[in-house]
Amino acid sequence: MKKRFTMHVDVDSFLPATDEEKSYIVQMRPSSTFFKDGIKRLLKNKVATVSFFVVLVIVLAAIFIPLFWPYSYSDMLGMREGQSVDPSFKNLKPFHYGATEKARIAAGEKVFPHIFGTDSAGRDYFIRVVYGTRISLAVGFFASIIVLIIGMTVGSVAGYFGGVVDMIVMRIVDVIYSLPDMLMVILLAAVLKMTLAPALEGTVLAKLGSNMISLFVVFALLYWVSMSRLIRGQILSLREQEYVLASRAAGAKGRWVITKHLLPNCISVVIISTALQIPNAIFTESYLSFLGLGVNAPMPSLGSLASDALNGVSSYPYRLIIPAVVISLIVLSLNLFGDGLRDAFDPKLRN
Amino acid sequence: MSERLKEENPLLDIRHLKQYFNINVGSFQRKPLKAVDDVSFSIRRGETLGLVGESGCGKTTVGRTVLHLYKPTAGEVIFDGRTIADKADVQYLRTKATMVFQDPYSSLNPRMTVSDIIGEPLDIHRAYRNKTERQEKILDLMDRVGLNSEHAARYAHEFSGGQRQRIGIARALALNPEFIVCDEPVSALDVSIQAQVINMFVDLQEQLGLTYLFIAHDILVVRHISNRIAVMYLGKMVELADSKEIYDHPLHPYTRSLMSAVPQPDPKIARSSRRIVLSGDIPSPLNAPSGCPFRTRCAYAQECCAESVPEFQEVEKGHFVACHRIKEI
Amino acid sequence: MANQPLLQVTDLRTSFFTPAGEVKAVNGISFNLDRGKVLGIVGESGSGKSVTAYSIMQILAPTGKIVSGSILLDGQELVNAGEAVMKTVRGNKISIIFQDPMTSLNPTYTIGHQLVEAIRLHTNRDKKQAWDRALEMLRLVNVNEPEKRMKQYPFEFSGGMRQRVMIAMALACEPDILIADEPTTALDVTIQAQILELMKSLQEELGMAIIMITHDLGVVAQMCDEVIVMYAGSICEQGTADEIFYNPKHEYTKGLMRSIPTAETAGSKLQPITGTPIDLLCMPEGCPFAPRCANAMKICLKHPCERMLLNKDHMSACWMNVKEGIENGVIEPEETKGGEEE
Repeated sequence: MKKRFTMHVDVDSFLPATDEEKSYIVQMRPSSTFFKDGIKRLLKNKVATVSFFVVLVIVLAAIFIPLFWPYSYSDMLGMREGQSVDPSFKNLKPFHYGATEKARIAAGEKVFPHIFGTDSAGRDYFIRVVYGTRISLAVGFFASIIVLIIGMTVGSVAGYFGGVVDMIVMRIVDVIYSLPDMLMVILLAAVLKMTLAPALEGTVLAKLGSNMISLFVVFALLYWVSMSRLIRGQILSLREQEYVLASRAAGAKGRWVITKHLLPNCISVVIISTALQIPNAIFTESYLSFLGLGVNAPMPSLGSLASDALNGVSSYPYRLIIPAVVISLIVLSLNLFGDGLRDAFDPKLRN
Repeated sequence: MSERLKEENPLLDIRHLKQYFNINVGSFQRKPLKAVDDVSFSIRRGETLGLVGESGCGKTTVGRTVLHLYKPTAGEVIFDGRTIADKADVQYLRTKATMVFQDPYSSLNPRMTVSDIIGEPLDIHRAYRNKTERQEKILDLMDRVGLNSEHAARYAHEFSGGQRQRIGIARALALNPEFIVCDEPVSALDVSIQAQVINMFVDLQEQLGLTYLFIAHDILVVRHISNRIAVMYLGKMVELADSKEIYDHPLHPYTRSLMSAVPQPDPKIARSSRRIVLSGDIPSPLNAPSGCPFRTRCAYAQECCAESVPEFQEVEKGHFVACHRIKEI
Repeated sequence: MANQPLLQVTDLRTSFFTPAGEVKAVNGISFNLDRGKVLGIVGESGSGKSVTAYSIMQILAPTGKIVSGSILLDGQELVNAGEAVMKTVRGNKISIIFQDPMTSLNPTYTIGHQLVEAIRLHTNRDKKQAWDRALEMLRLVNVNEPEKRMKQYPFEFSGGMRQRVMIAMALACEPDILIADEPTTALDVTIQAQILELMKSLQEELGMAIIMITHDLGVVAQMCDEVIVMYAGSICEQGTADEIFYNPKHEYTKGLMRSIPTAETAGSKLQPITGTPIDLLCMPEGCPFAPRCANAMKICLKHPCERMLLNKDHMSACWMNVKEGIENGVIEPEETKGGEEE
């Protein structure tokens, strides 16, 4: 005799389910790209986010402050055409005024304060610091771009084609790596200063100064090597990926594979490396300027400001401290931000 | 389908194909890794040739060398009567023969959308007049492999393994090839998805008249889809015959143990069957034994097996074996 | 007196707490393992079969946690028993071998060192005794020239050899249960045959129980006495191997059996299971397999089915069986009364 079980059921629910009912249940997760994931991770990293804002503030300040600041970096306040030299503007302490200005304040005019005082030539120090920051940032940025372009091209060619090409390129890289870079930079800067100066006269580039140009030349010649090694390494590992083989199987040639597949997948590494390269470039420019091989006077650079401040360091220590602090702040923030970028975007660190 | 097989000229004719890689052994020595060592076979139009073997047998290398993704060290690849030798031949081959890869995760560029991945072969060869035509072709391909056209703008990582494999297949079909090398296309997929993809391969073959070289290590899958099966061991082909024939009456000692080692999903058969279990491990292809590569594990090995490489002979009609002692076994 | 099962798992639930949400990897499974038996757990990726094993051994990743349930080993409760207890269990009473022998062995130590370490960790042997025992184990797993092998490093071994060493390490303390998590998936077919033969002979010789986790139905058919089929963290069906293979009752099992190529299917079309495996982050309300099931009914989408005892060797959790039961008159539908059979 069969056992009978009892069940509490709704007999209608045993009818077959329709396709619509089934497909309603299945959904795809919302689309999220690698980039969005990375940004989310980056925002969670407080140190990196704060550093990013610090950098942003500095950059915006460097761009916009000179537009409305009443003083210019080369304007020696004591010297006015047709008037006698007023020495009271030299070496003003912060928030002090020169004699002429005091007269104007007494007359009821509002005079914009000198927040950092003036330097030994009577120029407003604050705007010189801001301008110096602008120069340093610009140098850092453009030098890194040059490094990026050269390094990426060389690295990708060496990595993709391998063999003899790779060997030759890497030996050149090895040689450049083994040169003492500080020494080379100084030598090259000195030599180029002498040779380029007459060549640049009259051109647009003369405004920048031969020192600046030689700085860029130095970067272009020497500093691309680490980027190229990095890219080469990436390309060597990406080259073996199956999607590269699939592309070749469809008939793609070298250039197609490099530009469509290999380099885009290197982008995160490239961005991180560039972000960390910029402070490096700024620092190099700073010490070159400090040594007198950087920008030409009267254009200020944070390094040259620090160098000038050495003269009166016992009486006016703030004139050394301020540019040093600014350099440190820029370099530190960019490094922290670069680290944060790496943590957020580096595929190897993700699980 | 059998009518197509009657054509005399094979679509793909491989003669004495060799692929040696130079490997650095020690500080200054280089040793040749004989990944593929003198392999010859042909495939007729519309046929599926299955290629099986274990690690180090060279089946993947055969697939890639046939497509000239690696330049052959020696031997000829003749496609539709045309010997593939110079760059122009290779470019021609690229439009007629493609490949589907094993790993659905690494064979698709994670930075590209599905539509770009599938359309890449079209873009490389500029096989369309304008953007609309390109889009139409891509959507048509997606439809053919059963992908929802709404997903064309999504990225590869948002799909499951089976769907990614379909994307790979759609990409392979973009230029209307005649021949596809399928390199372990279902090995990385779940069992329930494998069946879907296998069915799709069969359907596409019927609809488009494709010819396949189907490389896999799962014998049952290969048996299901192939007309003929070839067995490789350490770079050499040891047996080639019709699927049913090689499965029911394997002649080479290696093929026999391979077929008996396959676990059958049927408890009664699995428990009762006598397995020919080989002793020892598969030698490394760098140190392949002289003469017949299988002799170190073969129960029938004798001195003649170490002296010379056995010839690949037609022992019965359509059934080729490479063994010195085949007549006695 | 009825023999208490060696391992009793009751309503085990394990989840992973990830930033994206709670992933219910194991969703209420129960099974028993008797001494000396071979149990196969079959499922695809995402089915929860490996997580089950790791839950028993309590070697889950830090984000994983056994949420509820009980695991009784010879009557002793393992869930929440604490590390001290688990240390005496792992390697000693229950051992595990993994899929990838390349990463399971430490590449910087010799095989001998690792074997001896494993033995000394769990027994009171001194170095010499442990060394002898290690040699004995290597001979047991058919590694030739064991003295020479003991001094070698893992990279000098082939995949099959490494898996043998893993088995030797796992069996060194004569555990009651050996858990094998996809032990032969990464191996070639002929090597797989060797390893499976070895495991079977060792099992008979030492009388230990084996839990074999795999997705390969052929391996299950060859090795296992009893089989559990899992899908998305739940057990669909369990029973003896014969019952599962020759008389599958759950729609998922039936679909699996129909979709694998065998010698007979050559030339004809396979009958695949449509759809794609489930995303464990968005589990549907009812039966997890329902969206892919050709015979899904409305009730399947709303309520998961309880396990039904079909006969003494066979349990299944599928509403289709209930429907068949109603049609056969074995089950009587009543509108008001409650009470379901286990």
